[in-house]
Amino acid sequence: MRYIEPHAHMVSRTTDDYRQMALSGCVAISEPAFWAGWDRSTADGFEDYFRQLTEFEPRRAAIYGIKHYAWLCLNPKEGENRKLAREVIERIPKFLDRPNVLGIGEIGLNRNTLNELETFRDHVRLALDHHQLILIHTPHLEDKYKGTRLIIGALLDFPEMDPSRVMIDHAEEHTAEMILSNGFRTGLTLYPETKVSLARAVDIVETHGFKRIYVNSACDWGHSNPAAVPQFMMEMRRRGHSEEAIRRVVFENPIAFLSQSPHFAVPAGAEESVAAAAV
Amino acid sequence: MKCPMTTTRIVDEYFIENRHRLLDIAAFLDRLERSADSQDAEADFRIQAFRGALQTLVDGRGERVRRVHMVFSDPTAEPRAALDRKAAYGAYNPGKAAL
Ligand SMILES: [Zn+2]
Repeated sequence: MRYIEPHAHMVSRTTDDYRQMALSGCVAISEPAFWAGWDRSTADGFEDYFRQLTEFEPRRAAIYGIKHYAWLCLNPKEGENRKLAREVIERIPKFLDRPNVLGIGEIGLNRNTLNELETFRDHVRLALDHHQLILIHTPHLEDKYKGTRLIIGALLDFPEMDPSRVMIDHAEEHTAEMILSNGFRTGLTLYPETKVSLARAVDIVETHGFKRIYVNSACDWGHSNPAAVPQFMMEMRRRGHSEEAIRRVVFENPIAFLSQSPHFAVPAGAEESVAAAAV
Repeated sequence: MKCPMTTTRIVDEYFIENRHRLLDIAAFLDRLERSADSQDAEADFRIQAFRGALQTLVDGRGERVRRVHMVFSDPTAEPRAALDRKAAYGAYNPGKAAL
């Protein structure tokens, strides 16, 4: 079965990962800008990263027949630095016309600070001013519940906000309901230790239904698994879910969200089922 | 919606892996009692939350996973005034609520 990986940090992964993902049926990857594991020192450093995401990485993916898309921002782990955030945000618009750019992300909160929240709002403003999709990172562990609430509150403060153009990612059992009931889309991140396991991800889909929800590996430089989405598909089959239901979560729902950007090319043969999933 | 599996089928499929997890938790708690410095682990806010989470599992009320999340979660609503550190702890520290 074909699938989309809607959240992967391929700059941190090897060519073996690309090959394995292609062999498992991955046809497209969307890669949000994120924290390198260390703080970048200048806005120039971010520009180089954006060039990597929009020039080099798509070429690397194409070798394996995978379409590569990117999101741009200064990530929440560095959001405390307001001066740097302003400098980086100023430089983002000139990249937005690049053919693989889908929007602004992954923005959000890390430790739920006032400065992080200001940096988050600045990015949302940027996205709305340039009619970009928004991809949101919710905080880790004990900070997730509070951070998700703060994020939803901040988003709803923008009167022109269209929740169907916003993905609030890394949801878990205590945050999925507040995201979906406010009309946003949500993602479940399949991690070996934190976030959700394969079995819990299927539980959440069973509990909340198959609308506006997708799964991702969020594979990066840390402990993570680029094969997580195909493993989720196996877990769905183990539970007895139909192929149609699986396809909806791993293929049609990601396309329904991402194809709201004119830069996203709907994979051949998927047009009709995607139109159905969008409703 | 319901889980498509019958009760027996869920037990057949998931019992062994969850038995394994339960033994890992038991061993973790025993390990704390064998620590090199014999310090009381109960003084650590993370272990206090862990105990609270374990109670949630056996109190006979539903929605266990959501309630376990809430045991570990920061219940406050106001943003932090400033960044204390980059990484989360895994449990909310009520003693540091003023940060
Ligand atoms: Zn990420």
